[in-house]
Amino acid sequence: MNQWKNFTKGFLRENPVLVLILGTCPTLATSTSVSNGLGMGLALTFVLVMSNLVIASIKNLIPGKVRIPAFILVIATFVTIVDYVLKGYVPALHKELGVFIPLIVVNCIVLGRAEAYASKNSVLSSIIDGFGMGFGFTLALMTLGGIREILGAGTFFGMKVPIFPADMQGNPKTILIFILAPGAFLVYGYLVALTNRLKNKLN
Amino acid sequence: MAKTESTFTNMVATMVIIMVLAGLSLAGVVNLTADAIAKSEKEKMESALKEVLPPFDNDIAATRKEVKVNEKDKLVLYFAKKGGEDVGVAIETFTNKGFSGNFRIMVGFRPDGTIINTSVLEHHETPGLGDKMDVKKSKFPNQFKDKSPADFKLQVKKDGGSVDAITAATISSRAFCDAVQRAYDEFVKQGGKQQ
Repeated sequence: MNQWKNFTKGFLRENPVLVLILGTCPTLATSTSVSNGLGMGLALTFVLVMSNLVIASIKNLIPGKVRIPAFILVIATFVTIVDYVLKGYVPALHKELGVFIPLIVVNCIVLGRAEAYASKNSVLSSIIDGFGMGFGFTLALMTLGGIREILGAGTFFGMKVPIFPADMQGNPKTILIFILAPGAFLVYGYLVALTNRLKNKLN
Repeated sequence: MAKTESTFTNMVATMVIIMVLAGLSLAGVVNLTADAIAKSEKEKMESALKEVLPPFDNDIAATRKEVKVNEKDKLVLYFAKKGGEDVGVAIETFTNKGFSGNFRIMVGFRPDGTIINTSVLEHHETPGLGDKMDVKKSKFPNQFKDKSPADFKLQVKKDGGSVDAITAATISSRAFCDAVQRAYDEFVKQGGKQQ
């Protein structure tokens, strides 16, 4: 397959979040703001690329019956590396994402790509697949996070978006539900619908 | 290269090899990042101390004093001095009543018992709601400034106290009050200065 197509398939055609509906739990939980979405997306992209790389290179050495535990072990190693590096060098982001960094281990996107793609394709294709899927995930998370942050918190990347009137304490009266879980589902549903429409138009 | 057969020895050997490699690489990463993590923790602590204390000139890290509350939980006290005179006490306190488990905050007191400022060290509260107890996110913590818990009742108004709770985060606000109260109780017990 054409490598460029392989790279861009994660953006829309096979977007892990909006089309494949994978990794929904961390998606809904970490998309409360656009910067959280970006940080989570990049952390996942790193894990995805590295685990795809390692799994594609050792795919023939792993006996079929223990492939899932072997994949999980590889993924968990990279997740722990990300966790420690973020803690040491970007403590602010680590504080924001908190428990969701270790939870990348059980993110179905990473295991899904390892099982469905990296264990069947060449190393180069797997790396490109990792980048494509990772960026697709990041894009979806930032869109979701952006909409939720603007409507729910009245900010974008932490900057004030003055579209809401102020309440008695001077804080803007925002639509709180968008920061909460139900708001995440609402926005997510509309985004999935929109993606399907876009996809149908393109075909 | 042919695919490895799924025999018992093969499976055990593969898993052991992967585990050893993973363990070794993690040990390396822990070593490499240990300094950076210790440094960022220390910076976090120092910036929290500067936030909640007036200017001081003593070696604040040396005045660190731990008070065990029970097996797991502890309070940490720091005593600030300027020109040999007590100017304030910072108390790292905690609560187990948070909406998502416990969280830790730092509270600074003047020698007369009034609160200088508060700073959130670690929490797992809901983003956008409970995390507004952080001064960077809302004005909620400002109402504690310059108040003395002796006459400023550390309870949300709903419970008959003096604190305006965060909208839609009453539990986080209650937990915050609980942590500040715990710090104040310890402050009173210590007599407000280094012993």
